[in-house]
Amino acid sequence: MKKDIILCGVGGDGIVSVAKIISDAALNLGMNVKQSEIHGMSQRGGSVFSHLRISSEPIFADVIPEGKADIILSSEPMEALRYLPFLAPDGVVITNSDPFVNIKNYPDIEKVNAELAKLKKCVSFNANAIAKEINARGNMVLLGAAAPYLEIEFDELEKAIKAIFGRKGDAVVETNIKAIRAGRDAK
Amino acid sequence: MSKLLLLGDEAIAQAFIDAGGSAINSYPGTPSTQITEYVIKSKEAAQQGIRANWCANEKTALEASIGVAYAGKRAMTCMKHVGLNVCGDPFMNAAIIGTKGVIIVVADDPSMFSSQDEQDSRFYGHWAMIPMLEPSNQQEAYDMVFYGYELSEKMGTPILMRIPTRLAHSRAGVERRQPLPQNPISYPTDPKSFVLLPVNAKRLYRDLIDKQPKFEESSETSGYNQYIPGTDKSRGIVTTGIAYNYLLENFPGGKCPYPVVKITQYPLPTAMLSKLYDECDEILVLEDGQPFVEEQIKGCLGKGKPVHGRLDEVIRRDGELNAEKVAKALGMAVANGPAVPEVVTNRPPALCQGCPHIDSYEALIDVMKKYEHGRVFGDIGCYTLGFNMGAINTTVCMGASITMAKGAAEMGIFPSVAVIGDGTFGHSGMTGLLDCINEKANVVVMILDNDITAMTGGQPSSANMKLFNICKGLGVDPDHIRHVVPLKKNYDEFVKILEEEIAYDGVSVIIPQRVCIVENKKRVAAKNK
Repeated sequence: MKKDIILCGVGGDGIVSVAKIISDAALNLGMNVKQSEIHGMSQRGGSVFSHLRISSEPIFADVIPEGKADIILSSEPMEALRYLPFLAPDGVVITNSDPFVNIKNYPDIEKVNAELAKLKKCVSFNANAIAKEINARGNMVLLGAAAPYLEIEFDELEKAIKAIFGRKGDAVVETNIKAIRAGRDAK
Repeated sequence: MSKLLLLGDEAIAQAFIDAGGSAINSYPGTPSTQITEYVIKSKEAAQQGIRANWCANEKTALEASIGVAYAGKRAMTCMKHVGLNVCGDPFMNAAIIGTKGVIIVVADDPSMFSSQDEQDSRFYGHWAMIPMLEPSNQQEAYDMVFYGYELSEKMGTPILMRIPTRLAHSRAGVERRQPLPQNPISYPTDPKSFVLLPVNAKRLYRDLIDKQPKFEESSETSGYNQYIPGTDKSRGIVTTGIAYNYLLENFPGGKCPYPVVKITQYPLPTAMLSKLYDECDEILVLEDGQPFVEEQIKGCLGKGKPVHGRLDEVIRRDGELNAEKVAKALGMAVANGPAVPEVVTNRPPALCQGCPHIDSYEALIDVMKKYEHGRVFGDIGCYTLGFNMGAINTTVCMGASITMAKGAAEMGIFPSVAVIGDGTFGHSGMTGLLDCINEKANVVVMILDNDITAMTGGQPSSANMKLFNICKGLGVDPDHIRHVVPLKKNYDEFVKILEEEIAYDGVSVIIPQRVCIVENKKRVAAKNK
């Protein structure tokens, strides 16, 4: 089994925590993991991405070559489009549909949605709205929506959440688990 | 032992703790910061009494490491590539001394994700004539710290470990080794060995030259450099560090048909390279950085068999390496996903909402509008992003705001304003301010004090809580050291202060003081825990 995943969004939206949860779950299953991220100046409110590769075979490069990503998981609709050159022909885009507008020339959201609609496989939904209802973060809801495509048992993701957020207390663990379940069940 | 999921940076940090390291002295800089940060946060390191310090700059940090080595202990200093320029002096001279037990980790930033240039630190190591390690993955980075200390102590030399951004900031599973105890304190056996008077230095430099064949021998025999046979000898490939992974990525199961020399240790293993050169029709050199190995193999005359790489732009000269670039260089097909739709606009990094620098810049921009020929000299930090607001005119290197403002003011540019953060001021702004005082330069220096080194993720700032006294001590007239809280409601006060200090003919310092918004959130969260 091999999954190459581009996680993307806007600096500070917690996309790296999603990458960590998937990595942790994969490592627990005895798989190989490589997860590349960007720190520093690029983080400050700009476009950010993380390359996550999990595989039962050895992984070579830390970054995914263009045209090879199985999944693009994006916390922001325009950012999902920015990383399309990485998408494999049968790859899927899973994105939050709620735009994050921190630039003056953010495009017309209808045009962004039209581009997403052209894709062969795309799941676009308002993860932030679902997150708000349960007082969680949108990135965790997205992770839940991506779960069926990851080929990792849902239980394993919950275990990873417990391991990673355990020190922050039971309430945080529960909120995050509730969020990924809500994402999984979202239509 | 089970595997830990670690960044390349963290693998090096864990190895430092496990390999009997006693002290890590560094200055933060992307992509190297997480090494020292990991040791600072490590409970194990604290239990073992390991010193982990952020220093004022890379020079003071490396000199501290030389002091640690003087005491016979294992030391590490980490920095980003441009930090090596700052500590060039102790770096070159630590090599002459033959300092044992020191690893200098330098993280280069090909593609300049968070840097002002792409300089390749291997040129420095070559220049200093010391062994270098360039691990190809996280596990090797971990293992090579152990090996580096062994080599350093055995050969009597500091070691330069070079990693690029992609290794520094990529996680993979890493297996730990049995930890080693720290070295006991000991003193140099030769009382002259740390005294670089010309008479001693001449001898020590000769010693360094005489060590070169031993360094070369270890490059051939350590096992880290490998000659990997291949059946198709139409081409021989040389990879350095992580470039090896980009090569293997292009072949199913990583089975490359061409013979490969995989380099992770320098000086170059010339016997391996010679074998490759002799048996193949041409050579392709793959490096994530500048053409350091390629230049050496090709030589300035470029005679002999074709050597391809960055010099002939078979691989673009600038930017980081990747699997696609390697595929193209090999003449292989490259996959392409859908193009980026036209509707997508750039989302450049920007100052955070609520950042105190925004308020400082809004006041400064409005005041500077009144002066057609005035200029603002910027510096390195989050506030460099003020360029996108039209707030600053220059950014060159750490500390250059104050000194450039001085030079420009002396040529008649008025007003000549410097903008520098509190962290950068502590790093290399103070000496420049002293120059301004001594020359009575007509400058306004704004020290944006956000209480922290923000850009690299919130490390303590060396001049924290000391700015007023430092400026006063250097000789700035206390009447012209002004404080202001950069908030919307204080805009008028801020503008007035700026106008008054621009009108003053001499050195003025304005300190807008408000904690970084990201740091503030962290502090509030910590308090509520």
